[in-house]
Amino acid sequence: MEKLKSLFFNLIVWLLVFLVAFPLLWMVTTSFMHSGEAASFPPPLLPKSPTLNAYHELFAGNHIEVYFFNSVILAVCATILSLSFNVMAGYAFAKLRFKGRDAMFNSLLSALIIPAQVGMMPLFLLLKTFGLVNTYAGALVPWIASVFGIFMVRQFSQSIPDEMIEAARVDGANEFQIFTKLIIPNLTPILVTLGLFTFLGSWNDFMWPLIILTDNQSYTLPVALAVLSREHVQDSELMMAGAVITVLPVLLLFLVLQRYYMRGLLAGSVKG
Amino acid sequence: MNKSPFNTALAGYLFVAPAMIAIVVFFFGPALAAFILSFTDFDIYALADINNLRFVGLKNYSELLANPLFWTALKNTLFFVFVGGPLSMAASLSAAILLTENSVKLKAFIRTIFFAPVVTTLVATAVVFKYLLHTKYGFINFGLSKLGINPIDWLGDPHWAMPAIIVFAVWKNFGYNMVIFIAAIGSIPNDLYEAAKIDGASPWQRFLNVTLPALGPSILLVSIMTMTGYFQLFAEPYVMTQGGPAEQTVTVLYMMYEQGFKWWNLGSASAVAFVLFAMMLVMTLIQGQIAKLQGVK
Repeated sequence: MEKLKSLFFNLIVWLLVFLVAFPLLWMVTTSFMHSGEAASFPPPLLPKSPTLNAYHELFAGNHIEVYFFNSVILAVCATILSLSFNVMAGYAFAKLRFKGRDAMFNSLLSALIIPAQVGMMPLFLLLKTFGLVNTYAGALVPWIASVFGIFMVRQFSQSIPDEMIEAARVDGANEFQIFTKLIIPNLTPILVTLGLFTFLGSWNDFMWPLIILTDNQSYTLPVALAVLSREHVQDSELMMAGAVITVLPVLLLFLVLQRYYMRGLLAGSVKG
Repeated sequence: MNKSPFNTALAGYLFVAPAMIAIVVFFFGPALAAFILSFTDFDIYALADINNLRFVGLKNYSELLANPLFWTALKNTLFFVFVGGPLSMAASLSAAILLTENSVKLKAFIRTIFFAPVVTTLVATAVVFKYLLHTKYGFINFGLSKLGINPIDWLGDPHWAMPAIIVFAVWKNFGYNMVIFIAAIGSIPNDLYEAAKIDGASPWQRFLNVTLPALGPSILLVSIMTMTGYFQLFAEPYVMTQGGPAEQTVTVLYMMYEQGFKWWNLGSASAVAFVLFAMMLVMTLIQGQIAKLQGVK
């Protein structure tokens, strides 16, 4: 009975593993097919003779390297911005005493109930006034600081013992030195987590880049992919190659840093 | 040493200032401005010359309520939230229970596979599903044909387009809540199960009477996060169906995007945004109330 039950559970689980992994595996195999090969019945699982044609066409014909470059620059800059602004603020909200601190933090938390899209129309107008449409700066604006990031760093900073900071003060270190020499090294794990979340968030973001990056040359990968898929409806091999190039970097990053990702997910959801 | 508290306070202000300024200027400010904008007739003429801007009171809101497309969008969005949301959570919970079964091996590996769709790029995987859902050449219909089911025109049939998007959304998202549920199940004390076993409870009874009540707070949290997230459905219809067929996948956010950034009716787009915000807020409050009534902390 126990054995039967165990067999049953394992069977279900591996069936699910197959179903969940299938779309991603199919994406990869189809990207190596010849143009038009996927559009046949029954649908082919593996390419007859693997080819890089679709990738070649993406680079030569559609300049995907431009979009790739845009996505990389934006994700890297977003990560750097988030790591500087959120970490400073998160630490200060946890450990530095100043008037109005808790009121300020609580007002920040109220931002969590406002969906990000509400402000997009005025934000677009604001950036248009300053000539920031179709610029990296315009695309980066929502990533400078985030309530979630500040919250996460604050949670983590609270576990740093006050005595340690006080001892550094007694030794004559100023607040800036304490932050860079003592706090940052102690926060390293959460910095990796926050950086990873920001990088993935920026890389995968769609709506804001779609709004603010309207010029072909400034598209990110998701925006370019959405536009391409409307133009090349029949060309599944080309689109799958584009999807592979878009998905692979973040998937690899996640696999390498999975531990840090899960920590952030659980920290954010416990009290988030 | 005397100067220390002062220095600390000053450092505090300096440390939070950059982030606070950025959030006020780029988030709170625009959100407030959107509220004002929703009472104006800001359109493409005002975009060219701000002197064309007029306050129109509640006109954007009344026109929205009189627009049949808004009601279609609302119906589609609520369908996605109230059918797609619970289905996603059920998938997450089932996967979490399977992955906490003792007999299941290679748990870490399986968990990683189940979670992978969450970190993939939404637009890219939506494109993948667009082809998997193809009527003639798609693998989903091919698989169904093996079970004796006739081909379904998933993205071309008004009845099937939103369910197809839900299938995609469940695949894409279930891993996220699954991880939260796994953690919550892991923190249930084992003696509760032992006691239930001694009392002769079946596995199903143990699930109903031990697991489910213990998961109460997590389920509440997850349902609020999932449902408010699902109110913001946009990229999937944008990529997979462009709002069609017969406007059956136009969502409230899709409508906001088209009003604002296709037709440049930024005033009425802001009104759409606030209606969406209001709905999400009500939803969160109701779920909070339900939790209170049931005594979940």
